[in-house]
Amino acid sequence: MGEVFAVYRRLAGAKLRGDLQYRASFVMFFAGQFLITFLDFVAIAVVFGRVTTLGGWSLYQVAFLYGASGVAFGLSDMFVSQVEYVPQRIRLGTFDSLLIRPVSSLLQVVAEDFAPRRMGKVLQAAIILGVAVAKLHLAWTVGRVAMTVCMVLSGTLIFSAIWIAGGAACFWLLEGQEVMNSVTYGGNFMTQYPIHIYGAWLRRLLAFVTGTAFVAYFPALYILDKPDPLGLPSFMPFLSPAVAVVACVLAGAFWRVAIRHYRSTGS
Amino acid sequence: MRLYWEVARRGFRRYATYRAATVAGVLTNSVFGLIRAYILIAVFRQRGTIGTFDVTDAITFTFVTQGLLMPVGAFGRMDISERIRTGDVVVDLYRPVDFQAYWFAHDAGRAAFQLLARGIPPVLVGALVFHLRFPSSPTTWIAFAASLTVAMILSFALSFALNLTAFWLIDDRGTNQLATAIQLFLSGILLPIVLFPGWLEAIARNSPFAAIVELPVEVLLGKHPGRALIPVLAIQLLWAAVAVGCGRLVLGAATRKVVIQGG
Repeated sequence: MGEVFAVYRRLAGAKLRGDLQYRASFVMFFAGQFLITFLDFVAIAVVFGRVTTLGGWSLYQVAFLYGASGVAFGLSDMFVSQVEYVPQRIRLGTFDSLLIRPVSSLLQVVAEDFAPRRMGKVLQAAIILGVAVAKLHLAWTVGRVAMTVCMVLSGTLIFSAIWIAGGAACFWLLEGQEVMNSVTYGGNFMTQYPIHIYGAWLRRLLAFVTGTAFVAYFPALYILDKPDPLGLPSFMPFLSPAVAVVACVLAGAFWRVAIRHYRSTGS
Repeated sequence: MRLYWEVARRGFRRYATYRAATVAGVLTNSVFGLIRAYILIAVFRQRGTIGTFDVTDAITFTFVTQGLLMPVGAFGRMDISERIRTGDVVVDLYRPVDFQAYWFAHDAGRAAFQLLARGIPPVLVGALVFHLRFPSSPTTWIAFAASLTVAMILSFALSFALNLTAFWLIDDRGTNQLATAIQLFLSGILLPIVLFPGWLEAIARNSPFAAIVELPVEVLLGKHPGRALIPVLAIQLLWAAVAVGCGRLVLGAATRKVVIQGG
C-alpha cells in the first residue's frame, strides 16, 4: 500500500511540476473553472429571486446541497476524472504502455493526468458551503460534524466510482464517451437540488441506481433536520459510507473486467 | 458559390460520420433537459407565471435550448485555433478562397447536420414526458426559421473571431472557457433570461448571446408576434453584422503580423 502511494506521489508530482511550467494557462484555467461552476450557483440565486422556497427548501439549504455536492464532485474531478481520457489513449495506442508496467493501470491513468488546475471548482463550492453553513445557524452537535465529514468523503468516493465505471465503459463505447457526462456532470447537477422535485423514474434512475442521492441529499436531511417527503426510512443518511464503499468495489471490479476485455488498436 | 456549397456538404458529412457520438450527445442533452425541466416545474409551482412565461413555455424552452446547444449554442467547436497552433492554417490562408467564407460554409454544413440530428431528438424526448407547446400558425414557424438562421450566422461569426485569438495566444483554451461561461449564462441556456432580475435581463437581452438562443426560442414560443418580430430580428442582424465585421478586422490584423507555428 505504501509503495502504491509512493508511485502515485511521484507521478502526480511530476504532472504538477509540468503544469506549473505554463503558469498563465494554469491560472486562466483555474479562474475559468471557478467562474463556470460559480454561474451554476448564480442560476440558483436568480431562481430564489423569484421564489422563496424550492420543494420546501430555502436558498441557504439549497446552497448547502450545492456546496456539498460541488466539493465532492470537484475532488473526484481533480483526482479521478482523468479516466475520461482513456478513449484518447486507446485510439493513440498509448494505453498499451500502461499495461506492461508493474503498477495498476487505473493508478497510472489517474496519477499521470492529475489535474490540480481543477482546484478552482473545489474552492468555489467550499466557499458556498461555508457561507451556507454560516447562514443556517446550525447547532453543531457531534453527530452533525461527523455526518458532514462523512458526507464529503462518501460523496467524493461515490463520484469517483462513477468516473471509474464510466471510464471502464469507454473500453466498449469508444466514440460514445459523452454518455458518461449524463451520469457524471448530470449527477452533479441533479444533486445540487433536493431530489424530491424530480419525477419518480428520473429520481430512481440517476439517484438510486448511480447512488448520487447519497452524496448530499440524504446526509443533508439529517444535518439540516429536514423531513423526507419521499417517506424513506430514517436511517438513509447513515448509509452514505456503505454506498460509497460498495460503489468503489463495483467500479474497481468493472475496471478489471474492462482491462481483460481490452484489445489493442495495434497502431 | 458552387465551391462553398461543396464545402458545406463536406462539413455536413464529416459530422454525420460520428453516429455513436451523436446518439451519446442526444442522450446527454435529453437528461439535462429533464433535470432542468423538473427544476423549472418546482419554480413555477410557487408562481404561476414569471415575466411572459408559464410552466409550459419554460419546459418547451428548456428542451428546445438543449436541442440548439450543439447547432448554435456552443463555442470551441471549430478546428481553426487547433490549425493555428499546429501551423496548418498557412495552407488555409494560401487557398484562393475567402478564409472567413470558407469556414462559414464548413460550419453551416455542421450546423445543418446538428440541427437535424442533435436538435430534434431532445425535443421529442421532452414531448414524450411533458406537455410542450408549439405554434400552430405557419407564420410563427417561418419567423422562427428566419431568427434561427441569423442566430447561426452570429454564432459562427463570434466563434470565428474567438478562434482567431489563437494567433496571439497560441493556447486559447482559457479564453474559450471564459467565453463559454459568459455565453451559457447570458444566452438563456442555463436559465431562461425572463427569470433574471430586471437589470440583468436588460443586459442579457441586448447582448449578442441572447440573440443566439433566447430570442429565436422566444420567437418560436410566439412571444414576438406580428410587428414585434421586427425589433428582435433587427438586433440579431445588427449583432451578426458587428461580429462578422470584427472577425474580418481581426483576420486582417492577424495575417499582417502573424508568425506561423511549426516547421
